[in-house]
Amino acid sequence: MNVSIQEKSDSDKVKTLIVEGEVDAFTAPQLREKLMPLCKDSREVYLDVSKVDYMDSTGLGVLIGAYKSLRANQGRLILVGVSPRLSRLLKITGLAEIIDIEDGA
Amino acid sequence: MKDQVKDLVEMTIPAKAEYVGVIRLAVSGIANRMGFHYDDIEDMKLAVAEACTNAVDHAYQGTSGQVQVAFQIYDDRLVIQVTDRGNSFDVAAVKARSGPIESHLPLTSLRERGLGLHLMETLMDAVEIDGNDGVVVTLTKFIHGDEVDRDVDSPAKTQTHR
Repeated sequence: MNVSIQEKSDSDKVKTLIVEGEVDAFTAPQLREKLMPLCKDSREVYLDVSKVDYMDSTGLGVLIGAYKSLRANQGRLILVGVSPRLSRLLKITGLAEIIDIEDGA
Repeated sequence: MKDQVKDLVEMTIPAKAEYVGVIRLAVSGIANRMGFHYDDIEDMKLAVAEACTNAVDHAYQGTSGQVQVAFQIYDDRLVIQVTDRGNSFDVAAVKARSGPIESHLPLTSLRERGLGLHLMETLMDAVEIDGNDGVVVTLTKFIHGDEVDRDVDSPAKTQTHR
């Protein structure tokens, strides 16, 4: 029931966040805390979710917040390594329509 | 006698986010035992977690409370009831706002919350919400959903009792 989040700066304007574990109501605030500052002044934020075993609507809410913040400055949020499970949730919620998803991890 | 509860498992957790994961483990254990497929188990874990998270977030608003989860095990289905005795809410109003994100709407209207009910309705065979005295969310999933004759449409219909 834990999450671990690692940050990798590809450049000043391109950041990658690697998320591992479970993103739920308990751990989503940790993800939000790490992700939101990156969204303020980056052009692209890559979120590697290949090692996420569980994500529910609280996690999806964090993604929406990040997407909104990035879009406000013409930035992009890109999800990398989306599992079939997460892909299904993104489709059900309509998030797959608005957030960029890159194949492969 | 398909309509008799074979077994009942009841759990009470503090209304705190860190205990929702414990309920997910219980869902997984019970559903596994009953012979549900992996994907159905994952669907149920998520739907039940959404119900519990709602209870934790809205029911007690800062005051301490408890969330009760009852697993009713039938031959052909698992019925999970999530109950809190906290603040009731306007079920009809919440339902009216429930649904997927609409990509044509402007950025500012994107909601960060409110996807939970939509997920529950999509992932379960039936979702029932009773908002009279606290909130009771009843989630039903049939084993081998497609082969069992059932009288609910897919995606689930939400019935509201006020």
